Amino acid sequence: MQVYLDHAAGGPPHPAAVEAMVGWLSSGYGNPSGAHHVSRLARKAIDDARDEVAGFLGFTSGGIIFTSGGTEADNLAVLGPLADRRGAIVASAVEHPAVLEAARASGREVRLLGVGEDGLVDLDQLSSLLDADVALVSVQAANHETGVIQDLEAVARRVRRRAPGALFHSDAVQAAPWMDLPSVLRCVDMASVSGHKLGGPQGVGALAVRPHVALSPILHGGGQERRRRSGTQNVAAAIGLAAAMRARGAMRGDGDVTGVRVATLRDRLCATLLGAVPDAVASGVGAGRVPGHCHMRFPGVEAEALLFLLDEAGVCASAGAACASGAFEPSPVLMAMGVSKREAGSCLRLTLGPDTSEEEVDFAGEAIVSCVTRLAGSSGEREVLAR
Amino acid sequence: MKVLVAMSGGVDSSVAAALVAEAGHEVIGATMKLWGGESDRGCCSVGDVDDARRVAQQVGISHYVFNFSEEFERQVVDPYVEGHAAGLTPNPCIECNRHLKFDRLLRRADQLGFDAVATGHHARIVAGADGRRALRRSADAAKDQSYVLHMITGDRLAKLMFPIGEMTKAEVRAKAASMGLETASKPDSQDVCFVSGSGGRETFLSSRIALHPARVVDEEGRHLGDVPALELVTVGQRRGLGPAVGDRYAVSVDPGSATVTVAPPQALQVTSVALGSVSWVHDEPGEDEALLAQMSAHGAPVGARWDRAGLVKLDVAVRRVAPGQSVVLYREDLVVGGGIALL
Repeated sequence: MQVYLDHAAGGPPHPAAVEAMVGWLSSGYGNPSGAHHVSRLARKAIDDARDEVAGFLGFTSGGIIFTSGGTEADNLAVLGPLADRRGAIVASAVEHPAVLEAARASGREVRLLGVGEDGLVDLDQLSSLLDADVALVSVQAANHETGVIQDLEAVARRVRRRAPGALFHSDAVQAAPWMDLPSVLRCVDMASVSGHKLGGPQGVGALAVRPHVALSPILHGGGQERRRRSGTQNVAAAIGLAAAMRARGAMRGDGDVTGVRVATLRDRLCATLLGAVPDAVASGVGAGRVPGHCHMRFPGVEAEALLFLLDEAGVCASAGAACASGAFEPSPVLMAMGVSKREAGSCLRLTLGPDTSEEEVDFAGEAIVSCVTRLAGSSGEREVLAR
Repeated sequence: MKVLVAMSGGVDSSVAAALVAEAGHEVIGATMKLWGGESDRGCCSVGDVDDARRVAQQVGISHYVFNFSEEFERQVVDPYVEGHAAGLTPNPCIECNRHLKFDRLLRRADQLGFDAVATGHHARIVAGADGRRALRRSADAAKDQSYVLHMITGDRLAKLMFPIGEMTKAEVRAKAASMGLETASKPDSQDVCFVSGSGGRETFLSSRIALHPARVVDEEGRHLGDVPALELVTVGQRRGLGPAVGDRYAVSVDPGSATVTVAPPQALQVTSVALGSVSWVHDEPGEDEALLAQMSAHGAPVGARWDRAGLVKLDVAVRRVAPGQSVVLYREDLVVGGGIALL
């Protein structure tokens, strides 16, 4: 049996997204910027997609900028507003590298907002970091590793009060598959989403901005996307993203049936692991989490070795942060939550998708317990340390 | 057998992986990520990991990255820096082999259920006269790497494979080219992987420790000049010690008194070497046994005996090996063991 529990890295595209993309690619080819009827078809296709994305996010269509993915959307959100704004960037310490590295590359002062053991941003510290010299605040809607959901309303209230001139951006890449974005993002000025995290294709994302947000482009050229993102649009991918969002919204349905079902499975998986591995610690349990994320650490077990054995056992999972080489580094998110570097190297991220079944979760739970037990009793880092 | 192939992204380990796979073993490739800092070359850059991954794809095996950068820092980089600070000329590749490739990786492989680990070293593992496995020089004398493998003990040889040991470098490259591997024409790695080619040793060391100026004196203590960084002087060095030094060479580097002593070339000639960190592939040789000693990666071996008390006695006078470098003892072309030259 093969069980895929790495949906936060990217999951299978929804059949409706594939169908919509193939449908477009087999007939449409026009450049949306052209002046003839073939181009007009492409322009209509991408603008229809834009409407869909706008509705899913709760922004206006004019505020949707298609990008090459979540990373570009985050970069545009962080760097785009700085041309006409002075001041520092405030970002939570658990932001995705697309936000943190863009902030560092901006040359601006970066004020890091810490989180508690539960992964929630320290709102008191936030108040102390905010002043009239802040240009931008970026706090994610849900964390990429732990799935912890931030209280964006609470952040926004402090930003409006203490740094009224600042823009508030939220990376909603991990929240998008699970949460009702129009209500979650009501209080933000900008939000980023990514296609392949929610059943769409890779290589497409969007930055949504409110009408008052002025952005300078980071990609220069023909001035597409209202001069905010040059380059011929990836029409097929935008169509796929829109179709995935439509499907995802329908799946959620009344009362978020899918989210409730997946959260129940996730809790069952966590409980299995916590019950069978005595010193296992679940991350972010004191806070609300998106339904798909089960994140925990197994002290004394090296994540790398565990992932290897799980891969052999047919379970796809993840751990910490992968660096450019593909090696895993101790999770910076866990370290920000006060976990030691050593312990941050023993974590496992399991992320369920909307179609994950009970049978799969039970298979994975058994495999994980067996691999963790095997590694906990074998020669590894402990032996090195003993020398 | 289930075999883990250590793939550095170079041509040798690429071909090693291909050969083990062709032999019908269950093969998985792994690249050790050792160095987390800035570097423009060596066996652990992102580009090298990509090269290894691509070769694994072409050979048709799975590939993983093992992050041992913390151990590398602690067991290779830190001692390298401390060695230089103490006036030694350490060879970090030896310590990497000792602690990472032939210890940490072997234990990881064992933990993950592998029967053997293969690497792309130019050396051979053969059945010795006593039935135990022995470590033998490569079939390609010019590329032989047995010197840097001297710390492998017999029990580990039992779990190792050196698939390209019988091949010449030219044959390895030809094999890689015939398989269409991009690494076929990749240059051999040179020098220390964590020291950048542009900045060199000086830049690296100065980022870690303070470099100290030192007096250059002759054997009578006469002041001949100064050097800006004692930590960068190697025993046996002449260049860079100042014009007054003439045909004299560094014979001692003493951080305590911040002094580099120089002497005429004959003062560098020695007939014995004291070793520390000594290890044997199998048994310690007898005092009277005629052996061969090799004092650099591609140095010519000379006749030698081991006094069983820490001293290698040489049949002829040789230029002194810099403290920190390895001395390896051979019985004909089999590695007996070796150690590190002491101050």
